[in-house]
Amino acid sequence: MGDSDKKIPLLEVKDLGKDFVSKGSRGKKTVHALNGISFTVYQGETFGLVGESGCGKTTAGRVINCLTKPTRGQVLFEGKDLFQMSKTEMKKARREIQMIFQDPFASLDPRMTIGKIIEEPLVIHRIGSGNERREKVKKMLERVGLQPDYYNRYPHEFSGGQRQRIGIARALILNPKLVICDEPVSALDVSVQSQILNLLDDLQKELGLTYIFIAHGLSVVKHISDRVGVMYLGKMAEVVNAEQLFEKPAHPYTQALLSANPIPDPDFVKQRIILEGDIPSASNPPAGCYFHTRCRYCKQICREKEPPYRQIGDRIVACHFPLE
Amino acid sequence: MEKLLEVNDLRTYFFTPDKTIPAVDGVSFHINKGETLCIVGESGSGKSVTSLSVMQLVPTPPGKYVSGQILFEGEDILKKTESEMCGIRGNIISMIYQEPMTSLNPVFSIGDQLMETLRIHQKLTKKEAQKKAVHMLSLVGISDPESRMREYPHQLSGGMRQRVMIAMGLSCEPKLLIADEPTTALDVTIQAQILDLMKKLKQELDMTILFITHDLGVVAEMAQRVIVMYGGRVVEEAEVREIFKNPRHPYTLGLLKCIPRMDSRQKLEVIKGMVPSPDQFAKGCRFHPRCPYAKELCTREEPPQQMIGTTRVTCHFPLHTEKEGERNGRQ
Repeated sequence: MGDSDKKIPLLEVKDLGKDFVSKGSRGKKTVHALNGISFTVYQGETFGLVGESGCGKTTAGRVINCLTKPTRGQVLFEGKDLFQMSKTEMKKARREIQMIFQDPFASLDPRMTIGKIIEEPLVIHRIGSGNERREKVKKMLERVGLQPDYYNRYPHEFSGGQRQRIGIARALILNPKLVICDEPVSALDVSVQSQILNLLDDLQKELGLTYIFIAHGLSVVKHISDRVGVMYLGKMAEVVNAEQLFEKPAHPYTQALLSANPIPDPDFVKQRIILEGDIPSASNPPAGCYFHTRCRYCKQICREKEPPYRQIGDRIVACHFPLE
Repeated sequence: MEKLLEVNDLRTYFFTPDKTIPAVDGVSFHINKGETLCIVGESGSGKSVTSLSVMQLVPTPPGKYVSGQILFEGEDILKKTESEMCGIRGNIISMIYQEPMTSLNPVFSIGDQLMETLRIHQKLTKKEAQKKAVHMLSLVGISDPESRMREYPHQLSGGMRQRVMIAMGLSCEPKLLIADEPTTALDVTIQAQILDLMKKLKQELDMTILFITHDLGVVAEMAQRVIVMYGGRVVEEAEVREIFKNPRHPYTLGLLKCIPRMDSRQKLEVIKGMVPSPDQFAKGCRFHPRCPYAKELCTREEPPQQMIGTTRVTCHFPLHTEKEGERNGRQ
């Protein structure tokens, strides 16, 4: 597998599944949010997760961060299963995995000062004395490009970009190994988005972080990721390194997703593949290949048999007829 | 070319007890018949307030149209009475809103909402309105339109709701369609469907569209002409090719450079600082605190408008291409 062979896996996700059961007046309904996804994240890399809304990318992030328990499958962090750990082991692992949330307006408690918000993880894990913590927070504020004397201010005094910086500071204060970024820039203006992307890039180089970067904007994912997993309806359609994905997509879904991305160049003529219809409901997924209802290469076998994961060179793809 | 809409020196301010917020401050532009004009800008640049002003939907108070003209086919919309406006809204000028999730009424069926416009403006009978509504739904690509008419907004997906919004906006065959970020809340694949649909309908119905967006990729795809807004003002107005090939305003250039490109993984260029909130605009040129080329003059005086070729730019030191740069001593 080329370069990635030499790398040390930090996180291994194996056949992860998550069902949500809702009980309504018309009986039980099961939504299969995750349907057996597998991927490996190596130390120091950025793994991008893309897909349309409802494809399960946020659920994947939440399960990896132990915010919700999976229905089946394993998440191995440094070789240990997160969901078989004892309480003390778990608490230690939680320090190593942190999350940056999507909406910087909703993810900060409006009644806490930003100093307290960033300090809270240290308090929970009983690290340092009050003064040490304060120093640490101030250093972190500076590191993410905010002034240390903002310590006593409240979230409403900050703009979206600054709040996202606060969210990043809170995630990094415990020196985590893995940071899950759940659409960290999609709520921001473009001019601020590039500042945050650059900050994430710098922090990764400086602190040797590993990122799982969840997004629906392909150009952002391409920019920041080393490897990318494309999700569709709770399944992984394709996992490959970023270069190859954008040059030669193997899964018809990836191809359609790429062609739907608007290119900021009026002279760029492209063959757009318009996907018909909407993403099917996860409570009632189609039989066979999940994508067959919208796939333009669909054949009889796609309607009947679920495609296996195939390894082609560096990539893993789930399709009966991968594109050459 | 015939001008359909002409906005002259529009100022829409909001008055609160302790401050005045100049959300739109001296905006002028025009739309020719049959073209698509895009307004680009970040949050707080005044693009939505501009479009709401055209529809006269800015809540007054606290808002007030302080000065300016909005000429639609030569008549000033701002001088119309409320009842005259009711005859215009949804009929001659209609609007598609950003959030397909919240802009439909949850307690009425799709059909009722579609027929309402037709019955009010075109005085159709119930039967005629129903027929027209079904036709509109099939026009925007909704399958099985008869049964969809009886469904409620929560039964439809985001893309479908936006299609219903478009059907509603187009049902009275308006002369001008204002689309305020119609695809921002949608997935890329659905966005591609909707943009495609709008382009097709524009050709079929010969519509004029005012398209508001912050996504330059969408601009490249939809627009014939573009205006770039910053801080409640128009900083640049140009043909779509000119905007991308020869941006004249430093802000336009900055916006273009900070989009992550699919073809390279270089460090992104940034526009330093943040988007100012409308009550804290800088003196002089409003962009000067973030502008890499700002000089002392920019902090003092408001920049004049100048024409460079077909581009109208509001800057003391507009950018020049390399060839022109030799002549002007800077690039």
